Amino acid sequence: MSTTMDQVVKKAKDSFGQMFDKSLHDLVRGIRNHKDDESKYINEAIDEIKQELKQENMAVKANAVNKLTYLQMLGYDISWSAFNIIEVMSSNKFTFKRIGYLAASQCFHEGTDVLMLTTNMIRKDLNSASMYEVGLAMSGLSCFINGDLARDLANDIMRLMTSGKAYVRKRAVLLLYKVFLNNPDALKPAFPRLKEKLEDPDPGVQAAAVNVICELARRNPKNYLALAPIFFRLMTTSTNNWVLIKIIKLFGALTPLEPRLGKKLIEPLTNLIHSTSAMSLLYECINTILAVLVSISSGLPNHNASIQLCVQKLRILIEDSDQNLKYLGLLAMSKILQTHPKSVQAHNDLIMQCLDDKDESIRLRALDLLSGMVSKKTLMDIIRKLMVHMHKAEGSHYRDELLSKIIEVCSQSDYTHIANFEWYISILVELTRLEGTKHGSLISLQLLDVAVRVESIREFACNQMAVLLENSHVFLLGSNSSSVAEVLYAAAWICGEFTSNLKDPQKTLESMLNTKITLFPGHIQSVYYQNILKIITYIITTSDNNDRIAKNLISMSIDKMSLFLSSDDVEAQERASVILNILKVVLKLIEKSEFNFNELNVLFDGILNPVAGKAQRKVVVPNGLDLDAWINDPPSESEDESVPTNQYYENKNTTQNLFSNNDNKEDYYHSSNLSSYPGDGSGYTQSKTYAEPSTEEIEKQRETRKQSEKVNPYYLKGSTQTKLIQKTDASPISSNTNDQSQTKTSTGAFPANLQLSLSDQLYRQSKIDEENRRLKKKSKTDNGSSKKGKKSTKKSDSTTVDEVDEDLYPIIKVTRGGELPEGVTESGNEDNENDEPSGKNKKYDPHQALKNINFDEKPVQIVPPPIVQKPEPVEKLPTTTEKPKKKKKTVGKEEKPSSSSLKVKHKRERSDYKELSSPADIEDKRVASPAPPPPPPAPTTTASPVVPTEEKPKKKKTKEKKSATTDNKTSAPLLLDIMSDDIMSGNSSNEQYNEQNVYKLAAQSDNLVIESSIIPSSSTAQLDVTFLLKNCTSSIIDHIGINVIDSMSSKLLNTTSKNEISFPSISLFPHSQNYIHIYFAITAISFPQKLKTTLTYSIHKPSNENQTETIEFKLDLPCSQFLRKKTLNSDAFADLMGSGTLTSQSHISIPSSSQDFSSIIKTICQSYRLTVVDQINSAASLYSESILGHPVALLFKSSNSQNGISIDGKSSETHFLSNLMEEIKSFLK
Amino acid sequence: MIKAILVFNNSAKPRLIKFFEYYPEEIQQQIVRETYHLVSKRDENVCNFLEGGSLIGGNDYRLIYRHYATLYFIFCVDSSESELGILDLIQVFVETLDKCFENVCELDLIFHADKVHYILQELCLGGMVLETSMNEIVARIEEQSKLEKQEAGISAAPAKAMTALKEMNLPQKIKDIKLPDLNLNLRF
Repeated sequence: MSTTMDQVVKKAKDSFGQMFDKSLHDLVRGIRNHKDDESKYINEAIDEIKQELKQENMAVKANAVNKLTYLQMLGYDISWSAFNIIEVMSSNKFTFKRIGYLAASQCFHEGTDVLMLTTNMIRKDLNSASMYEVGLAMSGLSCFINGDLARDLANDIMRLMTSGKAYVRKRAVLLLYKVFLNNPDALKPAFPRLKEKLEDPDPGVQAAAVNVICELARRNPKNYLALAPIFFRLMTTSTNNWVLIKIIKLFGALTPLEPRLGKKLIEPLTNLIHSTSAMSLLYECINTILAVLVSISSGLPNHNASIQLCVQKLRILIEDSDQNLKYLGLLAMSKILQTHPKSVQAHNDLIMQCLDDKDESIRLRALDLLSGMVSKKTLMDIIRKLMVHMHKAEGSHYRDELLSKIIEVCSQSDYTHIANFEWYISILVELTRLEGTKHGSLISLQLLDVAVRVESIREFACNQMAVLLENSHVFLLGSNSSSVAEVLYAAAWICGEFTSNLKDPQKTLESMLNTKITLFPGHIQSVYYQNILKIITYIITTSDNNDRIAKNLISMSIDKMSLFLSSDDVEAQERASVILNILKVVLKLIEKSEFNFNELNVLFDGILNPVAGKAQRKVVVPNGLDLDAWINDPPSESEDESVPTNQYYENKNTTQNLFSNNDNKEDYYHSSNLSSYPGDGSGYTQSKTYAEPSTEEIEKQRETRKQSEKVNPYYLKGSTQTKLIQKTDASPISSNTNDQSQTKTSTGAFPANLQLSLSDQLYRQSKIDEENRRLKKKSKTDNGSSKKGKKSTKKSDSTTVDEVDEDLYPIIKVTRGGELPEGVTESGNEDNENDEPSGKNKKYDPHQALKNINFDEKPVQIVPPPIVQKPEPVEKLPTTTEKPKKKKKTVGKEEKPSSSSLKVKHKRERSDYKELSSPADIEDKRVASPAPPPPPPAPTTTASPVVPTEEKPKKKKTKEKKSATTDNKTSAPLLLDIMSDDIMSGNSSNEQYNEQNVYKLAAQSDNLVIESSIIPSSSTAQLDVTFLLKNCTSSIIDHIGINVIDSMSSKLLNTTSKNEISFPSISLFPHSQNYIHIYFAITAISFPQKLKTTLTYSIHKPSNENQTETIEFKLDLPCSQFLRKKTLNSDAFADLMGSGTLTSQSHISIPSSSQDFSSIIKTICQSYRLTVVDQINSAASLYSESILGHPVALLFKSSNSQNGISIDGKSSETHFLSNLMEEIKSFLK
Repeated sequence: MIKAILVFNNSAKPRLIKFFEYYPEEIQQQIVRETYHLVSKRDENVCNFLEGGSLIGGNDYRLIYRHYATLYFIFCVDSSESELGILDLIQVFVETLDKCFENVCELDLIFHADKVHYILQELCLGGMVLETSMNEIVARIEEQSKLEKQEAGISAAPAKAMTALKEMNLPQKIKDIKLPDLNLNLRF
């Protein structure tokens, strides 16, 4: 006895079966009961599961796998059980199979290595008789299909597309997309089949096909343009909103490629907009109309009407109480805005309302819209409302968003919309009052930019800045996370640079000197010191060499400046000390009376000009200068001291991007005097990565600062307090009354306490001004003396003209653009190309492969039958394939191929295809016929779903149209062509699949040539006979009727009277051709048939008399026409052969033939709808089925060197087989 | 295309995870958490669309969600899907669940996660919408359940007996039974 405990337990477990196993239910309950030690419990459960998986019992295994699937959802990796999952998948029971496939679809992926074991199992399931098993396999496959599976199973999936069950068909169609993704080579051969599914009788399959083609078209719309007519028809006929939405979206993608399509679309889309009650459809229609209007450059007559309609409907959406509609409405509105801003501006009010919405995403959308809506007229109103919003907005994120939006709106395209810069400056000043904004540097940059560019505003700006400087303590007290103090940078610089505009420079100087500057960041300190010197220089220069004033001023400054030497910022400290020493030298010189005041002035000489962002790059690098090399050794990483300065420059760069409009990036500096501009520290640009200092760091800095304050003997403790009180006395921010300041404004004096309400006053003032000007203008025009010419002369470089109201606004000179080196234009983008981050796009794109497929590129090989060797007729292939390619290339080179050249292309392609088809086809007269032969009317021969007979009249109609267009083809524009000829260009590839669909001459008279082609109809036991009628007269032929006498085993269907079908809707134009279809029900296939057929027609003679004629002929229905293409894999074939159902046998041998073996096989396959099951060098087994379902198997053997062939046939129908064999024999002889 | 379908409850516990693109389990859980974070802080009466999180998405992807009682249903889709269409689809999904489970509640989803998957498989395949008619889906699901029942019929007797036994908590009793004669033969 050597049993261990484990074995005993296992034995016991086995014998009790599932008894001890936890079900999924138990597991879930267990997990819920072990909230505290969930992971421990689950780990135990996994151990149990591992035990269960080792058992033989499939039920136990499946249960275990089911539990694993649940655990996978909780985040547990279950890939270790992949093999067990496959075991469960392969179970015979649907219940277990389902569990297995579910687990596989959740945890397998294309990299799972056990997948290679599954190919055959999945194929078996795909071929299962139960549609639910097939569905299961397809659902699973859609999740884990990889390249190998896609390649191996493509044919099986293709076959499922023709399944009798819609349930299977639609899954197969969708799965096909995944096959294409993983095996792009499959796309081309499968595409015709997929296209057929667009007209599947089942709406679900149709929807699936639309879905897949839409996805494909998203990747490469060009290839699918040819399908536009089909989609167009679907759009006007389908009632399935899902399908409609997809199609409409697809059209949105196609229109940019073919604007003429867009024009066609407007009307049906407009109709849909009017008629539909589905919001989703309405929305997509609007979207596509917008896309169309964008792509149509030239205006349509009803162009504006469409836009108006869209805007109206969108307004309804936005006004809806449903937040979703509101959101989408705004989204679509923003698209209209890009092309038709005027239309949107009319709905200003509505969008403003949305700013009050409780939903932040809606507010942000509305905000986006606003930026596009501004004009000179509306800017002030909009910004004013935004300011009101800002004050009540909650959440700093939204507020910051608002702030940056305001600046963006105002600054866009070089301030075109701003009519009143005083107002703008005051808005900016007001923005500095915002608590805790992180956009301080943005405001600062705006102030600088405006002051530099708008000369006329400088006086106003300077005095506003002086106010800010006087109140700088406010920024000290503000919350520490705020970056608002940044505006002092701008304030100090503007006051220093444009001192001459200051009302009271002395006072400003004092306020600057009295500030606790050292408490600000280093770069602000630096700019303070530098500009203090500028102001001093100005005061001294303007004081008429008054030594006494100068002396007092300088000695006072030296006093104060010495405090700044204790700055903890190196840069600032250095500047302070340099300036202090300059002042000391000056003082000494003044005392010696040797000082020339102009000497100091020289320091800040020169005018400031904006320079274009690209200017530097346009300067040729002198020989021998290596810009990448370090001039000095790079600084060590630990140089913390310089961080604040770096921060600023980095900061500046990033913020500047925020509002510069892509191509206008301007930097400013003194062109003549670099040292005077603090922003030019070229040594500080090394640090490329700038990180926002964390609060911790700030805290630390503040701590060190406090420490240094304590240690610093010069630091006056408590002085801030006293200063503060003084200041508040001097500037009663809150108590300020409007009236008071207004009067002061009007006198031109800017009081120090002019504060918050300024922008409002200016707003009102400018409104009044505007109104005045309007009245003035009106009176002027009334007098008939309006001077339009003035407008054009004054505005030299402002490009955007805002309606007629333009001259209502004062023209303010804004320096736009920037200086460039000589001979260089700003538009030069060439060097940008190298800068573009190409790496970003290099990210692996699974759809890339699909994009590269071009349907036009080369002829397609036949899909389902895997024929390897190329038979003789195809040997021409190399030469013929090259042709279309070349054609393609030359066509592609032309920028806009004219419709006629495209026409030519089509023609050529078709004749190329002809060369590729079977010898029988070559004999076909169509090759010789001068007119380009239209494609065969019916879809492919393989058991495709029925072309419903109800659709017949419609089809014929389109054909009629087509025959009409063939006549005046050369002049017909492309679109008309694709619109009317719905199967032409798309079907040109289809043609190749229908090699069997050969037209043979059936009868002929002087007036009419009849050719016929027979294919099995997709419904069983029916034949579809197509007659191609060619009118040889120069008259119109119509009233066509056909009479076929029924035989024992065949019956004409859809007769209009006994044995007769008339085609009243078909008429043949002179020298044109058309098709008619008749269908036969076949009840027996054993013998070939010859059916007596009479065709009657009448000819409209030019002499206005009708002549009725009849042609009698025999319609041949040989046995081979009763075959239907059917593929079978080798296993199934072997099963069939072994099953003993094929009772009848037949044998023929052909001593010699003209062709080699493989081309014979190919020809036979094409002519007799046989498919190759297996082919070895000298033998091939072929298979097919009769339309009544009799299997036919043929074995071809190459018997000797003379190309002799022996054929063995097996079937369940003796006569049929022997007749077929005879036919083949005579064919091969 | 639909990229992912997530169902989780008000406390971020996943009830259904279906990704149509492969993500390792760990990332899947992160995505659930991130999505929960995005969705849970939104008010009830705001719009049902939002930009995808950093893990799932990119510019082209949006999250479209609906909140029912304790559960969030989230679809992550790209721009080829209609936003409003997907909202309807979620509704179809939930109504189907309701019909299949008869007044669906969170517990149904907890204990029958597999069945929820099967229903979803009727709704979409490989990230594309397959069927939008609730009746059709319900009919197919019922037929498949019937199939399972038939199969169970053959071997159902023992299974049914087992459930009966379990209800009586017999397993415990059986476990408690000592097997002395076996023990005698054992070598420890």
